[in-house]
Amino acid sequence: MPGISPLSFALLLEQLLNGLQLGVMLFLMAAGLTLIFGVMGVINLAHGALYMIGAFACAAVAAATGSYWLGLAAALTAAAAAGALIEATILRRLYGRDHLEQVLATFALILIISEGTRWIFGGFPLFLDVPPLLQGAAPLPGGGAYPIYRLAIIGVGAAAALGLHLLISRTRLGMRIRAGESDREMIGALGVEIGRLYTLVFALGAALAGLAGGMIGALQSVQVGMGEPMLILAFVVIVIGGIGSIWGALVGAVLVGVVDTMGRFLLPKAFALAYPPSEASAMGAAVASLLIYLLMAVILALRPQGLFGAPSR
Amino acid sequence: MKSLISASPREAAANLAILALLILGPWAALSAGHPFYVTLATKAAILALAATGLHLALGLGGLVSFGHAAFFGLGGYAAGILATHAGSGEALIFGWAGSREILLMICAAMGLALLAALPIGAISLRTSGVYFLMITLAFAQMIYYFALSWPAYGGDDGLSFRRGIFPGLNSARPLPFFWICLGALLIGLAIFQILRASRFGTALEATRQNPQRVEALGIEPFGLRLTAFALSAMMVGAAGALFANLNRFASPSMLSWQMSGELIMLILLGGRGRLLGPTAGALLFVAMEHVLGGWTERWQFFLGLAVLGVAVFARGGFLGLIAGGRRDG
Repeated sequence: MPGISPLSFALLLEQLLNGLQLGVMLFLMAAGLTLIFGVMGVINLAHGALYMIGAFACAAVAAATGSYWLGLAAALTAAAAAGALIEATILRRLYGRDHLEQVLATFALILIISEGTRWIFGGFPLFLDVPPLLQGAAPLPGGGAYPIYRLAIIGVGAAAALGLHLLISRTRLGMRIRAGESDREMIGALGVEIGRLYTLVFALGAALAGLAGGMIGALQSVQVGMGEPMLILAFVVIVIGGIGSIWGALVGAVLVGVVDTMGRFLLPKAFALAYPPSEASAMGAAVASLLIYLLMAVILALRPQGLFGAPSR
Repeated sequence: MKSLISASPREAAANLAILALLILGPWAALSAGHPFYVTLATKAAILALAATGLHLALGLGGLVSFGHAAFFGLGGYAAGILATHAGSGEALIFGWAGSREILLMICAAMGLALLAALPIGAISLRTSGVYFLMITLAFAQMIYYFALSWPAYGGDDGLSFRRGIFPGLNSARPLPFFWICLGALLIGLAIFQILRASRFGTALEATRQNPQRVEALGIEPFGLRLTAFALSAMMVGAAGALFANLNRFASPSMLSWQMSGELIMLILLGGRGRLLGPTAGALLFVAMEHVLGGWTERWQFFLGLAVLGVAVFARGGFLGLIAGGRRDG
């Protein structure tokens, strides 16, 4: 294609926004994980399965009713309900036990939820349309255009971050969450009904994952196993940002989203300067897939507790 | 209560039953005309070796690694790459064109696993607990994605090859190959037992129980843990080489997070802190896969329920149910 420079400003801006959009998804996942870990001290491997539940609920309800918005509401409700159910029936028995048993139980939950979903919906992926209100593209400075739906996702992420911040710093529930993070036994002794608080926090974290899952359904196919790659990326985010810190989750998520997307965009072009095109794209893709893990390794080497984490032990 | 012989009488009886099942089962199955069971037993023995390897880090050292699939898969790819080069005659390194010897493949697998485990361990061991779990998982995922996107050795198609050869045994046939894998498992179990009884093992178990005290005694936990992590990775790598030879295929799925989770599951299913716990877990898993899988396509659903039951109610795993009590180590 003559006349198009490989690195126009508009293209770069578009990729940057794509990175930001991935970052928002990761933030919604990581915020829930880090909240649950902060308050209950539980590592929830089934968080990716909750994301998947949100995506399936959204796609199924939207297909049945014709309304994306009802689908999104269903995604939030289904994920929160599944989260509350898991907390109240299973995880509650594992607080205070070895992390290993929590890992085993939540790993088993992945097997059960994944296979159960396959049982209900079959092996074929579901697809979801972008709602009419958010179809089309908005002009970008520099001459490009960017899908409104993706911009809306970024907006939702910003709103969720602000909402979480207000919830935690300004409300009674937030006060209890902070108290729970600093001393679990003490707030129980002070008369807070801790069982309800735990279920609520877990449902809140699950709803955030369900929100992410519901929104991603219009961008990629909804299928079993979609949650775990996101879960692992969210772990990278948490390791980078520092566990238990919402700010860390936000900064880490945007960092991982942007570095991953820009790496996949720029590295093949960089390799193309030195190698023939076919080799360059394969090498660029291979190295780009390593980039965020290298970032994680570097940050760990410098700050083992993560960017915003309190020093451990 | 530490070794195979001096374990509690009920555990010793269970241990003998497990070993007898592993050694006599395939032989009996073949005599009865069911060679398929030999392949199942081979798979169980290999998974048992891998889980015993992870048990070194997870059980003795208390290092909950969710990334040992990396070493399992690297071992598999080491075997596949040696065999592929031996087949094509194309030089691999310093003009050497690979080999079809299973023993050499195992050495290469252990070497590659060691090379990967040292940097991964050195970085991950700066942290502990949940952090360690997430970081090992992330590094394993990194290697998984790299294997998927690197086209030289099959990319996401994996790497098919002919099963390697073994001096004095026709390894292409099921029963001799089973003996090779069983031998590897017995060696692995012996190494586990020797390490646990050694000064190194004692110090390692002490770092699990109380790292501050160990440090106060003048022992640096980091070195002990890194050694345990590396040894554990090497044993898992050896198992990966055998697994790829069993399937005649090194697949990216050997590197996947599910594989890491399965290895942890095998240990806890069988019983943590017991010499034959991982072996019992592997036998149970393969049996459940076979029986449940023959009964329903959705067998993983029921496997999940069973594992959940073990996590919540049977904390000592299968051997814990039989021998009573729970071990932390």
